[in-house]
Amino acid sequence: MEVLLFGIAKDIVGSSSYTISENAVMPISVAELKQQLTTDFPELGKLSSLAVAVNSEYAEDGVLLQSQDEIALIPPVSGG
Amino acid sequence: MVDKIIVEIVDELDPSEVYQELSDPNSGGICVFVGAVREFTQNEQVMALEFETYQGMAIKEMSKIAQDAMKKWDLNKVVIRHAVGEKGVEEPVVVVGASSAHRDACFTACRFLIDTLKETVPIWKKEMFKNKSVWVSATP
Repeated sequence: MEVLLFGIAKDIVGSSSYTISENAVMPISVAELKQQLTTDFPELGKLSSLAVAVNSEYAEDGVLLQSQDEIALIPPVSGG
Repeated sequence: MVDKIIVEIVDELDPSEVYQELSDPNSGGICVFVGAVREFTQNEQVMALEFETYQGMAIKEMSKIAQDAMKKWDLNKVVIRHAVGEKGVEEPVVVVGASSAHRDACFTACRFLIDTLKETVPIWKKEMFKNKSVWVSATP
C-alpha cells in the first residue's frame, strides 16, 4: 500500500510517498492507517490536524481502504 | 459557449486575465480577490513563499467550492486560480472572483471562495526566511 505525502508530512517521512510493506500489517481503515503512520512517525501526531484522502476525496476515520485506492496524507492545508 | 466556472492550478498567475473571464452581458458587478506574498510575517522578513499541491484533489475541491457558490448565490461566472512553485514578495499567488447581476451576490461569494479555499483545498505554503523555512499552520 502506497501513501502519497505532501507539505510537512513529506518532510517528516523524507519522501513524497511511503509504502507499507506487504509483510507488515495492512491497515484496513483510515483510522488504522493514521494510527500506523503516527506510530511509525511520531512527528505526524504533533501536527495541528492530519486528514486522509482516498481517491482524492477527504475520508472519515471509518472509511475502508482497498488495495487499488489512491491514498494521500493531508497535513494542515495553507493555500491562499 | 464560454465556461461559467474556471478552476486552475498554474505556475504563473496573471491577475489581469480575470476581468475578461468574469465579464458577462448579464453581470453588472464583478468582484475579485487577489492574494499576494507579504514581506513580513510576525516581524520576520519573508524571502519567498513556496507552494505545493495535490493537484487532482485540489482541482476537485476548487470545483466543489465554485459549484457551491453558484448554488448559494445568483452568479454568472466564477474563477478560482492558484499558483504553485516559489513566489517572491508582491507576486500574486491566488485569484478568486465572481460576477453577478448586482454587487451583493459577487461581494459575498468572493469572500466565500477565498475563505473556503483556505480551509479545504490541498495546497501547502512554506515561508522561506533568511535562515529557515516553515510550513504555515502545520503545528499548533
